[in-house]
Amino acid sequence: MALLNLTRRKFLIAGGLVGGGLAIGFGLGDDEPKNAALQATTSPGEFSLNAWIKINKSGEITIAIPQAEMGQGVYTALSMLVAEELEIDLSSVTPEMAPLAPVYVNATALMDLLPFSDGHHKGEATVGAWGMRKVAGMLGVQATGGSTSVRNAWEPMQKAGAMAREMLIRAAALQWNVPAGECTVSKGKIIHKLTGKSASYGEFVETASSIEIPDDIPLKAASARTMIGKSQSRFDIPEKVTGAAEYGIDIDLPNMAYAAVKLCPVFGGTVSDWDDKAIANMPGVIKAVRFDTGVAVIADSFWRAHKAVEALPVTFDEGANAALSTESIFAQFEQQLASDEGRSYTDEGDAVEKISQADTVISATYKAPFLAHACMEPMNCTALVGENDVEVWMPNQAQTLIAWFAEKTADVPAENVKLHTPYLGGGFGRRLEVDLVVMAVSIAKELKGRPVKLIWTRENDVQHDMYRPAALANFEGTLNSSGKIDAWHNRVASPSVTRSFAKRLLPWADIDMPDNTTAEGAADISYQISNLLMEHVPTPLEIPVGYWRSVGHSYNAFFSEGFMDEMAWAAEKDPLEFRLSHLKEHKDFTAVLQKLKEVSDWTTPLPAGRGRGVALHESFGSIVGQVVEITANKDKEISIDKVYCVIDCGTVVNPDTVKAQMESGIIFGLSAALYGEITIERGRVVQENFPDYDMVRLNNCPEIEVHLAPSGRPLGGVGEPATPPIAPAVVNALFAVTKTRIRELPLSKHGYTA
Amino acid sequence: MLSLTINGKETSVDVEEDTPLLWVLRDTVKLTGTKFGCGVAACGACTVHLNGEPVRSCTIPLSDAVGAEITTIEGLSDGKLTAVQEAWIEEQVPQCGYCQSGMIMAATAYLKNNPSPTDAGIDEAVTNICRCGSYPRIRKAIHRAAKQMAEA
Repeated sequence: MALLNLTRRKFLIAGGLVGGGLAIGFGLGDDEPKNAALQATTSPGEFSLNAWIKINKSGEITIAIPQAEMGQGVYTALSMLVAEELEIDLSSVTPEMAPLAPVYVNATALMDLLPFSDGHHKGEATVGAWGMRKVAGMLGVQATGGSTSVRNAWEPMQKAGAMAREMLIRAAALQWNVPAGECTVSKGKIIHKLTGKSASYGEFVETASSIEIPDDIPLKAASARTMIGKSQSRFDIPEKVTGAAEYGIDIDLPNMAYAAVKLCPVFGGTVSDWDDKAIANMPGVIKAVRFDTGVAVIADSFWRAHKAVEALPVTFDEGANAALSTESIFAQFEQQLASDEGRSYTDEGDAVEKISQADTVISATYKAPFLAHACMEPMNCTALVGENDVEVWMPNQAQTLIAWFAEKTADVPAENVKLHTPYLGGGFGRRLEVDLVVMAVSIAKELKGRPVKLIWTRENDVQHDMYRPAALANFEGTLNSSGKIDAWHNRVASPSVTRSFAKRLLPWADIDMPDNTTAEGAADISYQISNLLMEHVPTPLEIPVGYWRSVGHSYNAFFSEGFMDEMAWAAEKDPLEFRLSHLKEHKDFTAVLQKLKEVSDWTTPLPAGRGRGVALHESFGSIVGQVVEITANKDKEISIDKVYCVIDCGTVVNPDTVKAQMESGIIFGLSAALYGEITIERGRVVQENFPDYDMVRLNNCPEIEVHLAPSGRPLGGVGEPATPPIAPAVVNALFAVTKTRIRELPLSKHGYTA
Repeated sequence: MLSLTINGKETSVDVEEDTPLLWVLRDTVKLTGTKFGCGVAACGACTVHLNGEPVRSCTIPLSDAVGAEITTIEGLSDGKLTAVQEAWIEEQVPQCGYCQSGMIMAATAYLKNNPSPTDAGIDEAVTNICRCGSYPRIRKAIHRAAKQMAEA
């Protein structure tokens, strides 16, 4: 019911669309009137042909991009989908953030979040998945996450291009008084060979905009594509090398004030007393604001606001969580893992029975820590609250939710909410959260009529994140007489991200429900095992947990692919061959692993002190295999020398972007594997900033070689799938060199330096 | 009022002397290409040149910048992109791009004194953080820029 309520909110937020028209991201016909949202954004002389395309009389083309650009190249990739069918060069295109409207809903992202959605695991489109997509479309949230942008836009944005092309052709035929069938298109022009006529789309756009055409225009065959699959330079890069690109933190408005905050360090704690008079005379101070979890100072510059808030005397009531620690949390996990039944996410054969009868059982316990997102651009939000309206500038991944919470917090009608989404300096799931918009609007309400830019320091960010959950996993496995896995039993304890997220949106929605994100990457491992049981034990916590690049896969892949390696060594088999022997009927997985074997030169031995590890993992619809070469010595000094990465994401749109996302996901996961750990003491986060929450840098970044191996299987995502395999590939390589098995991350915790 | 020389222009600002140069550039002078990343000189997003040397402006008090030639990303090129910026585009380096002003400032300063860059030299000179992991491309772009500068 929680989510159904969101449906209604969505329609209110979208404004104007009352009473139905359950718009679904697929199918242009569902948006009635179909270009209303975009039409409202046109300039004089510009016309929208559908919800994605505007063309002006000079032939300049604007493409509406429903997703936020956070470095994943979405402005370019989605423009390519339109350009392919519209027959234009990208040089004539300007991408633009789409307005908030139901037609832009990200059905693919929501589908992955919903309980029981069977999604796209192993590339199977199912009736269940289709049904969930319909439901997701109805629930409707415009968001960027879950490696979904291209998957979600694939069909509608190609269709948008095709329909616009046909509308323009028909308009040209009308204007020239020739049969439409004799007109052809090329590079933004319509050509009529028989009369020698040729003119830019701009000549016909006004007429075209009122032409009705069917929405079942066939799309090009894959073999006829000229744009999709060929690397295109990204639109956003030139302005990102001159300092001109505008991020949320760069917003500058007339008469703008700045806010800095001091927050209760303990989760759930509140302000009990403050002395705002103590800082009233500090330079530039405009006002101090007290709210539940902290205090803010508004000043005429960020630095003055920051200095004043640091000086502001505040006492906190630390509340019920002041005794929480990493130790107590893992003790809770251990206790629940031992005693709770848990929830089964996959159960084939009879793993428990097989294990109880076996002479030899291989068992292991794996641990993963909490992690912060630490986007390079610190959290920020600028809000201008008027008498009956609110305007927000915020780098965010969930426009619908941000607008909704701006509306609620400012207490204004939905149609009086205006949201701007500039470039995001990183997102990784952190910017799906609504905490910043609530805080910024609450503060700006105290200074109505003036825009207030709230900026969090890095310390605020590290200590008040929604963390990648810590997790604990037990494994038991047995081998049969031919050295293959007979039974596999995996139990994982962790808090549910979806529950934590839902609770932040709607406190009454704090309900224990199945959550695919807790079991993803564990219940759906690629290997064929006759007796396979995966159970998850939900461990509710007062530490807020959130979507961190690759979510449940980020720890489950480390667990599963680590234990798979242990089984291979126990069977005295080559780890890569052992994996292949469990993939006989999974052709796509076999192909990725075979390719990886070849490109990494797997069978050629490395010199002493060096070794290789492998990991294979499917997530977000894509299969990624990685081989890592490392050097290690007895002083625990290691060097990650090289990473080979093979991805099958079905079909590739912008090859160079896919490669960039593989490099990015690998390095993101490597930082976590080597250093990433958020610890809790006395109910608060111990780490503060990059010096104690370190990252891979140039000096310890491996060489990365990416191979694209698209098989034509259903489209997969690319933003996240490179992250899960890197940690297990590294620990597996470390085992190959040192015969030391690491079952708890990060490696720095065990004395390793890289 | 304190007088600063930023990108070759004299600018007067009326702020406390202990204000970090970063915040003066961003909030007072409105040059927002220089980014706030950590505030403790750990990530390099705020790198600018002070008399040609790369510094992390988030921990440089304004008083230390008075009298110096301050160069920010906006002042790097005069209408035309530098070889480093061109190489950054050629190699399609930035992802989110937030750290790239600092990366480009650090790389530019390194190449000025080291026209024949080495991987070890790059590792030592460019210690900034990129959360998107553009490092492999940054390394390629620095080598490419050096090559182009040598040919020019």
